[in-house]
Amino acid sequence: MNSINFNLLFDPLSLFFLFVILIVSLPSAVYSCGYLKGEYSSAKIALAWLLLAAFILAMVLVVSVSNVFVFLVAWEIMSLVSYFLVIFDSKHERSVQAGMIYIVMTHIGTAFLLAAFLIMYKYAHSFDFFAIKNACQIMPHQTKNIVFFFLLIGFGTKAGIVPLHIWLPYAHPQAPSHISSIMSGVMIKTAIYGIIRFVIFILGVNSSWWGVVVVVVALISCLVGVIYALMEHDIKRLLAYHSVENIGIILLGVGLAMLFTSLGLPYLAVFSLIAGLYHLINHAIFKGLLFLCAGSVYKATGTRDMEKLGGLIKKMPQTAFCFLLGAMAISALPPLNGFVSEWLTLQAFFLGAFKVSGGLKLFLGISAGLLALTGGLAAACFVKAFGIIFLAEPRSHHATDAKEVSISMKAGMFFLSGLAVIFGLAAVPIMKLLAKVAGAAEGIDTGLMSFSLNNFVLSPQAAKGVYLSPPGIALTLVIFGLMSFAAYRAFNRERPVTYKTWGCGYYKLGPRNEYTATAFSKPFRIAFSFFLLPYRKTQKIRESFYHVKSFSYETHTTPVFRKFVYYPLLALVLKSAKFMRRMQPGSIHLYLAYIFLTVLMLIMFMGKF
Amino acid sequence: MSRILVIAFQVVLFILISPLLSGLITKIKNNLRMRKGQSVFQPYYNLAKLFSKGEVVSETASWIFKATPFVVFASMLAAALLIPMFIFAAPGRSMGDFLSLVFIFSLGRFFLALAALDAGSSFGGMGSSREMFISSLAEPALCLVIFSVSLQFGSTDISAFSAPHAISAACVFSAVALLFVVIAETSRVPVDNQETHLELTMIHEAMVLEYSGRSLALIELSSYIKQMIWFFILAQIIFPISLPVFTGLGEATAWIFWYLSRIAIVVFIVALIEISVAKMRLFRVADFLGFAFVLGVIAVVCANLGV
Repeated sequence: MNSINFNLLFDPLSLFFLFVILIVSLPSAVYSCGYLKGEYSSAKIALAWLLLAAFILAMVLVVSVSNVFVFLVAWEIMSLVSYFLVIFDSKHERSVQAGMIYIVMTHIGTAFLLAAFLIMYKYAHSFDFFAIKNACQIMPHQTKNIVFFFLLIGFGTKAGIVPLHIWLPYAHPQAPSHISSIMSGVMIKTAIYGIIRFVIFILGVNSSWWGVVVVVVALISCLVGVIYALMEHDIKRLLAYHSVENIGIILLGVGLAMLFTSLGLPYLAVFSLIAGLYHLINHAIFKGLLFLCAGSVYKATGTRDMEKLGGLIKKMPQTAFCFLLGAMAISALPPLNGFVSEWLTLQAFFLGAFKVSGGLKLFLGISAGLLALTGGLAAACFVKAFGIIFLAEPRSHHATDAKEVSISMKAGMFFLSGLAVIFGLAAVPIMKLLAKVAGAAEGIDTGLMSFSLNNFVLSPQAAKGVYLSPPGIALTLVIFGLMSFAAYRAFNRERPVTYKTWGCGYYKLGPRNEYTATAFSKPFRIAFSFFLLPYRKTQKIRESFYHVKSFSYETHTTPVFRKFVYYPLLALVLKSAKFMRRMQPGSIHLYLAYIFLTVLMLIMFMGKF
Repeated sequence: MSRILVIAFQVVLFILISPLLSGLITKIKNNLRMRKGQSVFQPYYNLAKLFSKGEVVSETASWIFKATPFVVFASMLAAALLIPMFIFAAPGRSMGDFLSLVFIFSLGRFFLALAALDAGSSFGGMGSSREMFISSLAEPALCLVIFSVSLQFGSTDISAFSAPHAISAACVFSAVALLFVVIAETSRVPVDNQETHLELTMIHEAMVLEYSGRSLALIELSSYIKQMIWFFILAQIIFPISLPVFTGLGEATAWIFWYLSRIAIVVFIVALIEISVAKMRLFRVADFLGFAFVLGVIAVVCANLGV
């Protein structure tokens, strides 16, 4: 066996992910100063800092080692430390339960990774990335396919793609908010790193259906993630479901890159990967931001239930502003960063369609349509989230007593808000940098390719290219906004009168008359009822036959994946465990026989090698 | 400098003409129903009245409510810059394409939906929820239309399909799918009804219920502009004509006339649809837009086959 080297690798891909990790970890760490104070005892705060440092270090290691063995060790450290962070609030039953689901799922993923790495080792006789990369060229097709699936399942579990997302909406919200922001913003991205590093860079894509598989899986993740997010009223869990959705959008870029690589379209492959990587860093920024804002809301009100909030824009104006920017970015509104990367991803579909033929064209078209649906639903979800949490009147005393959070927390949020704006406006230079990263990952020389949003031409038919200028859009919006304001003032200088909201002649409108998150999402619940399988529980408490004292109404949606996939699977495991228990009757003679048999079988097996 | 002046002139002309379309639709509808109806200039009278009136703002409302009219108006004007206007090619062509037009529209919608929730009345919430529901379902069909159009003309640039082209089956299917989307986007029957304030059915009107005075005028004007942009794009796909070389005032006038008369045809079609069908139940809209999606798929298939 070769000795294991601990060399670090700093190629453009690693550097890019290092940048993503650090740019979100920094504000989250600053934020945690204010967040932890008053929430936990000083011993626990010290523990939180220690775990945070270990967590960041483990992620840094994951993306910078150049050896599969060390990679796995770092990967495990990352998973374990994040497990401890998930159960950090261990006094809550739910945290412990979430941690349990998380640790089980993450180890299933690791098992698949281990299997894939061992198969690779069999061909390379080395754990070194580059040795494996060379060995993969001689690997038989069939084996490559198996390795690809193992890697996809292994990394997909960590990334939270559907149907392996099951742990994500439990684990991410249970951790303290600055950790949620790092987990959702960054940790799940290490899985994308894994896919790019091991599938595209090391294994090499040679069948076009790999790309198609990734795109299909990504689309399912997008839709399922956003539909569940719409139904969610716990703000942190809502954000966690959006992570499932956004991982899907990132994987769309990665999947398209794989598809175009195998079809021999290097320019398009690089372009798609740029779109994916751009969305990756954007998602890290705005999801980190949104989780920090959600943490501020939680800290200020003590609840994560949207139905109990409301009117916070007046109590916490700065948090509200940051959340609004984050919500606009994730809803892909110009000129913020989410807009640019979603535009690029859609453009990758459109441009790809010129080069591929027949059925694949239709596939790309329908996929683009579904991505657009995801975008629309995400915007609806964030109208709900912002509108219910921050606007109108407080729905409970939790929200009435809220106070703006401390300066260190605001610093973290404003830093990420600023980044969301910068990454929207400075799209062209960022694309050029990302081209280098994408080129290095795919082994394509990007020196001769030009990536610009200014008049880029790809299709043969087009006489002219396509333009996009986020600063131009921003400038136009500002100019027209100011002009309309000037016109508004010029027509009439009278100040608006403040009066009660119109209530059809009823003048005692209160918070109970406001629209709720459940009501807001009702049309979606009905339209997607074939998937959500909603049901309701109603109960009348009667004083007598004629008089109903109170009436309770609950509505739920069926967790399809848990009910139809995981529970049966769990039942099967328990059943087989019960069966296996017969092997342990407690007789020492039988145990001795087992040991003897094991030794015998091992000897037989060793002979084989 | 003269270019900027021409652009400014065009934008102003665009804003000034846009309310006329709604007036025309109402007039056509009334005449087809054998009524005399209000003047085609009624939208202008309404706007003038609103601009001179005082304004009432709910005491629950925050700055979002006050800022929204400007955001909506600015985003509609920014979108208007992306399409080819009367004389020049699209003045803001280097700013974005068909896709960014959709994204800019959603910026306005996002704020309008938030403002609707801001006042804390359940009407606003209802409108906001329904608007986001319909617009998100319209999105995939719209995306497929853009996809098939870009397959035919080689680019998502709006000026690309403004070039003269033969009418193909793909064009027709795209146009019909787009017509469905436009009906949903401009709150027309059978998706929404602009003329009613019945709480069970209103969508767009429910969202802007709390607005009054100048703010309402700005929002109304924005929806007129949005409607004109959509009608223009629709007209451009069905009746493509070449952009003229601007040589003299006569040609420019002829072109403006041609530009508007194509839009008038779309106006007539929309008016016909409005009087011949009844408004749908909200959840039927999902089927309606699903049908638009299927038409979009057919358009992509046609574009793929080159017919």
